Formats: sequence, C-alpha cells, structure tokens
Amino acid sequence: MILIAAFYLFATLVIASAVMVIFARNPVHSVMWLILAFFNAAGLMLLVGAEFIAMLLVIVYVGAVAVLFLFVVMMLDIDFAELRAGFVRYMPLGALVAVILAAELIFALGAWSAGKIDLAARAAPVVTDKSNIQQIGELLYTRYIFLFEAAGIVLLVAMIGAIVLTHRQRGGVRIQNISEQNKRRPEDATRMVDPGVGQGVEL
Amino acid sequence: MISIGHYLAVSAVLFTLGVLGIFINRKNIIVILMAIELILLAVNINLVAFSAALGDLVGQVFSMFVLTVAAGEAAIGLAILVIYFRGRGTIAVDDANRMKG
Repeated sequence: MILIAAFYLFATLVIASAVMVIFARNPVHSVMWLILAFFNAAGLMLLVGAEFIAMLLVIVYVGAVAVLFLFVVMMLDIDFAELRAGFVRYMPLGALVAVILAAELIFALGAWSAGKIDLAARAAPVVTDKSNIQQIGELLYTRYIFLFEAAGIVLLVAMIGAIVLTHRQRGGVRIQNISEQNKRRPEDATRMVDPGVGQGVEL
Repeated sequence: MISIGHYLAVSAVLFTLGVLGIFINRKNIIVILMAIELILLAVNINLVAFSAALGDLVGQVFSMFVLTVAAGEAAIGLAILVIYFRGRGTIAVDDANRMKG
C-alpha cells in the first residue's frame, strides 16, 4: 500500500517538476525544478530495487550536472526576457509535435505485448542473496570492463574538451613565470656605467 | 505491486515533456540542454524499469553508461555555450548562423 502511494507521489512530482522546468520564467528556477525532478526519479528507481543507480543519479545529476547548470546560468549576464520572446509563437508547433509523440507512445504501449519472454536467456539474472551494488560491481568489473573503461575515456575527453574550449589567455596581466625568472642572469639585469661628472645615466 | 506499465507511462510523459521543452524554448539554449537531460532521465527510468521487471541487471549497467554520456554532454554543451556567449554577448541560438552550415 505504501509502495503504491510512494510511486504515485514520486511519479506526480517528477512530472510536475518537469513541467516547471520547461515553463519556468527564470532559468535559475528551471535548474531548481530539475533538481527536484532528479530526486524524485531517484525515488522511482529506489522503489524497484535499483539502489545503486538511484544514488548515482543523486550524486551525478544533482551534485554535478545541476550545479554546473546553476553555475553557468548565474555566471553569464543574460537577458532572459528577450529569450522568451518567441514562446507563444513556437507553442502551437511544439504542442503538435508533443501530442503526436505522446499519442505514438501511448499506441505503442497499448499494442505492446511482451509475448513469451525466455527468462533463461537473461544476460545477468538478479540473485537474491547479494546486494544490488555488489551484483552491479561484479558485472561491471568483469564482463563490462571494456565498456566501463570506454566510459572513463568519454569522461576524460569531455573534461579535456571543456577545458580547451573555455580556457583563454588574457593579455595585459602580469603573471609569474618561474622559468623566465630562473633563466635571468646578473649580466642580463645589471649594467656597469661610468658617467662623467655632472652627467646622468641614460636608462 | 506496481507494474512496468506504470513506469513506462511516467517515462513516456517525461520524454514528451523534454521534446516539448526543446520546441517551446527554442531561443534559450540553457533550457534546451535541461530538456535533453529530462529526455535522458526518461530513458534511464525505462532501462531501470525493464531491468527490474525482467530481473536482469544489464539494464542498470547500461543506465550507468547513459548517465556518463549525459554528464559529458552537459559539460561540453555548457562549455560551448560559454564561448558562444563570450563571442556574441547573447545566447539566443535561433540565429546561430556564423558557420553558414
């Protein structure tokens, strides 16, 4: 009973906050609603026993992606009122596409029949005497180790790409250059002059 | 017990909302990126729901890879957004035609 109540609570909240994400006037509010949507989606996944994915969703999405969004939204000086100008104009086309897509999904769900599922052909059946995270770990570090490392490479490339794209050399700032300092010899920096009486030194 | 149909319905609604968000916020690329995150979240819910219904863990493992790609996509997308803003002073992407592609 409480399971069903929790499901409907999480499902309602995730859909309501998704609506608020796309309709909120202020993108900062959109990010906040996005965080709420991620939390509730994590709750939905918790209900079916996918504890590890649920916690990962909270850590990665809420802890990293949403904070990144928040950071960028607040860092850039953007006139959001101007960006909403075409909202009403795009609404009919968007609503049409959304209705068509929803209708197709509903048709597909209605016509969907699992048929005879050969449960013996499952790639990695769930066993009951181990925790979810232990089973995922055993699968991830043995059979899917190459996929796991490929995912690491994807993240590495994304990190390097983001740094290369946004890094810039500012002109006109004085920064310490250690190698220039160490290369400097006394004869480069000083000069012996012997000015005559009453004459200054040309620097 | 909650059937897989419930989960598929939630994720279908979430997916549709993500697509709608891309269409109605066509100028604001930040909200477009958030809508893409919603779409990927719907996909993840689908994967986990099928994984739980069939008792097969591969769905959850694959959901992790979707999560990885979503995080990378957000990082690269926001980096491109930052340099776009630096060059043009706005993030209105409906007239992004500098490359004449």
